[in-house]
Amino acid sequence: MSQVDNYQGPTGNLPDGHGRAPERFENPGLPAHKPRLGDVDPKVDKRRQRIVLALFGVSTLGTIGFLVAYFALPTGRDVATIHRSNLWLGLGLAASLLGIGLAAIQWAKSIMNNEEKVEERHPMASRPEVREAAVRNLAEGAKDSGISRRGLLKSAVVGSLALFPLTIAVPLIGEIGGDWNVGKLKHTMWKKGLRLTIDPSGRPIKASDVTIGSVFHVIPDGLDKTPDPLEEKAKAVVLVVRLDPQVVKSEQIPGASYQGIFAFSKICTHVGCPVALYEQQTHHLLCPCHQSTFDVADGARVIFGPAKRPLPQLPITVDDQGYLVAQSDFTQPVGPSFWERLR
Amino acid sequence: MKSLAARRHDRRAPIVLLALALVLTGALYAVLAAPSRADAAPVTTQADAQAGEKLFQANCATCHGMGAVGTSVAPSLVGVGAAAVDFQVGTGRMPLTMSGPQAQVKPVQFTPDQISQLAAYVAGLGPGPEIPTADMVDPSKGDPATGMAIFRTNCAMCHNAVGAGGSLTQGKFAPNLWQTTPTHLYEAMLTGPQSMPVFNDANITPQEKRDVIAFISQQGGTQPGGLDLGSLGPVSEGLWAWVVGLGLLIGAAVWIGAKSS
Repeated sequence: MSQVDNYQGPTGNLPDGHGRAPERFENPGLPAHKPRLGDVDPKVDKRRQRIVLALFGVSTLGTIGFLVAYFALPTGRDVATIHRSNLWLGLGLAASLLGIGLAAIQWAKSIMNNEEKVEERHPMASRPEVREAAVRNLAEGAKDSGISRRGLLKSAVVGSLALFPLTIAVPLIGEIGGDWNVGKLKHTMWKKGLRLTIDPSGRPIKASDVTIGSVFHVIPDGLDKTPDPLEEKAKAVVLVVRLDPQVVKSEQIPGASYQGIFAFSKICTHVGCPVALYEQQTHHLLCPCHQSTFDVADGARVIFGPAKRPLPQLPITVDDQGYLVAQSDFTQPVGPSFWERLR
Repeated sequence: MKSLAARRHDRRAPIVLLALALVLTGALYAVLAAPSRADAAPVTTQADAQAGEKLFQANCATCHGMGAVGTSVAPSLVGVGAAAVDFQVGTGRMPLTMSGPQAQVKPVQFTPDQISQLAAYVAGLGPGPEIPTADMVDPSKGDPATGMAIFRTNCAMCHNAVGAGGSLTQGKFAPNLWQTTPTHLYEAMLTGPQSMPVFNDANITPQEKRDVIAFISQQGGTQPGGLDLGSLGPVSEGLWAWVVGLGLLIGAAVWIGAKSS
């Protein structure tokens, strides 16, 4: 409080008119306390009390509203009643809690006294005699344990302390992934003669059904019968389009398409989102995650966005019944870069 | 009954019986035959096609050319079928009032009769997809669960998981589907208007198309929670959280820290 009393106004220690700084700045202390309107005018004080009362009233009404809504608005099986119930329960709860919070803060700000108070910070260090006693105790303990004389004990304690973190580190690293076989990233379940089928129904696709302008989302035949269909699907999904021969600018793999039908991996080479927004007029294929854009008519070349490589093409042909089949697996790993495929 | 039985030899009895039989036959025919007649696509005649040709020459030929063979600014309409005409004209996208990234939905410029006349004319130019019947697009006959799986694979990347629509490149966009009529949904899948690819009957079968329509018919209604913010996902929800939510928190912090006057 003493500093508040010593406060001498803002001009005392400022540079004088000639721009010279004083030798030493004095602590200006706190500015003089200004009473609030409510401290000097009882009417205003009454009004502030009424505001706090009203806020508590809002809270009470909110609680009552919540209870009324809980009993009066039962939820049925239809979405409309669930919506109605959630809405009114939420509004009641919000009013109930917000009223208490706002009232408490308004109470503290406008009714409780707002005199400035200064609490001096006490020194951080302990008293000298306490510090000395602590050092003495430590030295006595070290001498008693004989850690400087008994070398074997010393290395034993250091060794066990150094080994203990393994109990945390080994499971932590082990849980990152049970499977360290990077080779799985390089192959998919596509193989020579495997039919292309429609996702999700699994119907095989006749080459004649793929008309110009249409797009087929494709999974390998027999995907459901594999031990881990989702893992396989995540690598093997393919998008099939037929292009007018006049619009084809270049081919990624010569001979990999069949009569203008192209099959490209749907896994983005950036971070592996399914690339599936196909604009049939521009032949552009967009990735929904980061807007990488691939030109299907130009060997799925990247024309915009963060992806670095074209989408890998799946070589296809038809079997003797006219259904689309794969010529082989992809000729390069699908999807984003990994530690053995950095480019 | 006794008095009826006594009069069965009356000479007027055959006439009454005949009249009753006629009424019964007529009623039976009306009951049994009515649904199949309602199913049939609107019958178009040669006269319709001729009226459609006049409408076409007055309203469409400037861009699409006489005989709808296409010009440098608009594609040929030979073989696009009645379904494409019904979709483009029936949703107000055509006739185009101004060029832009893509044709916008506008108030429909023609009456339903005129649209079917135009469709009849264009359908006569070359074989193409036909307008689906009411039965083919009836949402109550589709399976929304199957429709969801098909929609998720084929449509959701552009039209959003619940059909709320989304943006494409350079001002193009996939529209919201909640207000689109089942017939127009079916025609859009069948004909692939503008940026949208074609989903022919080998890709998504007519039954599956009806399933998709059943799925869309259940979207866009009341949500179990509060505001759905357009069902646009992280964009609108993030904007709300960062601007409105964080703004309220900062406002509260400033209010708590400010001195009472």
